[in-house]
Amino acid sequence: MKDAFGMPQSLLVLGGTSEIALATARRLIARRTRTVWLAGRPSPALEQAAAHLRTLGPDVHTLPFDALDPESHEAVLGKVFAEGDVDVVLLAFGVLGDQATDEREPVNAVRVAQTNYTGAVSAGLVSARALQAQGHGSLVVLSSVAGERARRSNFIYGSSKAGLDAFAQGLGDALHGTGVHVMVVRPGFVRSRMTEGLEEAPLATTPEAVATAIETGLRRRSEMVWVPGALRVVMSALRHAPRSVFRRLPI
Amino acid sequence: MPGKPGGPVAPDTTVPVTGWGRTAPTAARLIRPRTYQEAADAVRNCGARGGIARGLGRAYGDAAQNAGGAVLDMTALDRIHAIDADGGTVLCDAGVSLHRLMEVLLPLGWFVPVTPGTRQVTVGGAIGADIHGKNHHVSGSFSRHVLSFELLTADGHVRTVSRGTPLFDATVGGMGLTGVILTATVRLLPVETSYMSVDTERAADLDDLLTRLTETDHRYRYSVAWIDLLARGPATGRAVLTRGDHAPLEALGPRTRAGRAPLAFRPRSLPPAPDLVPGGLLGRTTVGLFNELWYRKAPRASTGRLQRVSAFFHPLDGVPHWNRVYGRAGFVQYQFAVGHGQEDTLRRIVARISERRCPSFLAVLKRFGDADPGWLSFPVPGWTLALDIPAALPGLAALLDELDEEVAAAGGRVYLAKDSRLRPELLTAMYPRLAEFRALRAELDPHGVFVSDLSRRLGL
Repeated sequence: MKDAFGMPQSLLVLGGTSEIALATARRLIARRTRTVWLAGRPSPALEQAAAHLRTLGPDVHTLPFDALDPESHEAVLGKVFAEGDVDVVLLAFGVLGDQATDEREPVNAVRVAQTNYTGAVSAGLVSARALQAQGHGSLVVLSSVAGERARRSNFIYGSSKAGLDAFAQGLGDALHGTGVHVMVVRPGFVRSRMTEGLEEAPLATTPEAVATAIETGLRRRSEMVWVPGALRVVMSALRHAPRSVFRRLPI
Repeated sequence: MPGKPGGPVAPDTTVPVTGWGRTAPTAARLIRPRTYQEAADAVRNCGARGGIARGLGRAYGDAAQNAGGAVLDMTALDRIHAIDADGGTVLCDAGVSLHRLMEVLLPLGWFVPVTPGTRQVTVGGAIGADIHGKNHHVSGSFSRHVLSFELLTADGHVRTVSRGTPLFDATVGGMGLTGVILTATVRLLPVETSYMSVDTERAADLDDLLTRLTETDHRYRYSVAWIDLLARGPATGRAVLTRGDHAPLEALGPRTRAGRAPLAFRPRSLPPAPDLVPGGLLGRTTVGLFNELWYRKAPRASTGRLQRVSAFFHPLDGVPHWNRVYGRAGFVQYQFAVGHGQEDTLRRIVARISERRCPSFLAVLKRFGDADPGWLSFPVPGWTLALDIPAALPGLAALLDELDEEVAAAGGRVYLAKDSRLRPELLTAMYPRLAEFRALRAELDPHGVFVSDLSRRLGL
């Protein structure tokens, strides 16, 4: 159960090698979390992540999960919920893709869309149903500011996050009053493996900062969290910029 | 809106439920049994996620919530069956509130044996949490005055439970986890009037307060101290003591309004607090100002002032829904007890809270008397401090965790009826008879029919 400050005792991470997710797990373990499930494609990295979290004290389990195989989600996630209540599901999987390559290789582009959007639709709905049955819990969805308005430089990734973001907001409204809380997290440029080698955008942040914002958001039962918070204002301005201007902006 | 059961609710409605602190809402099927049979049916059919009884929802945390399961709103079982006006006992349903008992009993010259800071609790809840009041140092907790009760257990049967049995001691303070209390027989206190004769004095700091309480508490049936936790430096722990007893008839004077109707029960009420209060209204500045005024307005020393029972015991009941003043984020109540000889722990905790500038305007300190035998009953002989803090206060979770460690190290405990955030690992240290409680539950309720968010969170 979550306590009065929204701190969970059990956490399920979908996308168990995500740096943001692992930073969040470390913060939550420091508070109340005693059981962690890391779901992801089987890999040494996933096992290492689990081993590292174990040194902090909790029971950590890994389980094979593939966003691109939605047919399996029901069975895989069902097993976790059968073991006991899950207080927070952190939907953290996603791929950035390579915009230039993906524009030439539509099959690659579709993989980005399928991982980030349709994979999340499936996993999100399966998790939501299980949370609703237990009558409590939070579904935390890692979206991105890139989804607020798709930019020329990464509109394939951006459009997939836009779909995810809209889906998660709608799901949150659908679950209002059921005891289940959906929180959409919109980080800006996060310095991590995913963005290694890319030119840093203004207001860049870190996985730890996103984790802190998630902890605060859980405490406040927020529905939308921007990291850093100033991005909310910046993106609001960008969203309202005329198309002809937006197209020419160096972003 | 976090739900407040009580109104006419269709059967099997899933609604979000919170405690009085309005934190951590979870959804449950709210069932409002109108007969004992309906209650038994609800227990038999409550499903895989179990059920828990709920009274008027005054537990601050998650004691009367059950995510995904059933919550039995017991307030429709509210009949007073028999009053023994000579012997001073009442037999009533568990859903009867202490408010209702006062309405009925005061005109007959009887008063409830123990009342907490609100009349809006049910008899079932009072037993389940084994509540205490300002008279604990004299009269003990509520269970001391319960002669017997009927308990609906997991198998759907009703058992009559008498004092001195393991099931009695597990159920009083057992937070509803042994079953659903249906009726109870409670011993009453004879009174001549519905007025209190109250002495008030100020204590300049915490040591002064502890000395006054230790030396003169035995002279009063009721005693409590409001403590200013925002005062710092030499004034740390300054307090206003209010102590008193039921006023005898001759204290009223025959020609006064009170004297003409000495046993009238007329609680006054203001309009309810609005539902949409911005969070952060009760910050350090506003609460600091309030505390300063509250301390200054109290007389340095006054004796024999007459007060109605409602004003003396339940000032907050005068503002319905006062819990809304903390805004959407809600609030946390922290109450702990430490034994005699642990005054240094108490001093350290008061100093830490006041250093951290926790905006708490409802902090009370009380000296507990002898403990009662309930296995999870909260009071231990010594000191108890209770304070309300807005849940949104940054750093509060970590601060309270540190205070828990101090309390546990001193052999103390926190009060489960108010808890919404304790670290489960500390529970066995705080409640040494927890193992017996768990064993009894395992035997009585092997399939775990009675479950609450509190029991899930703490592994009770």
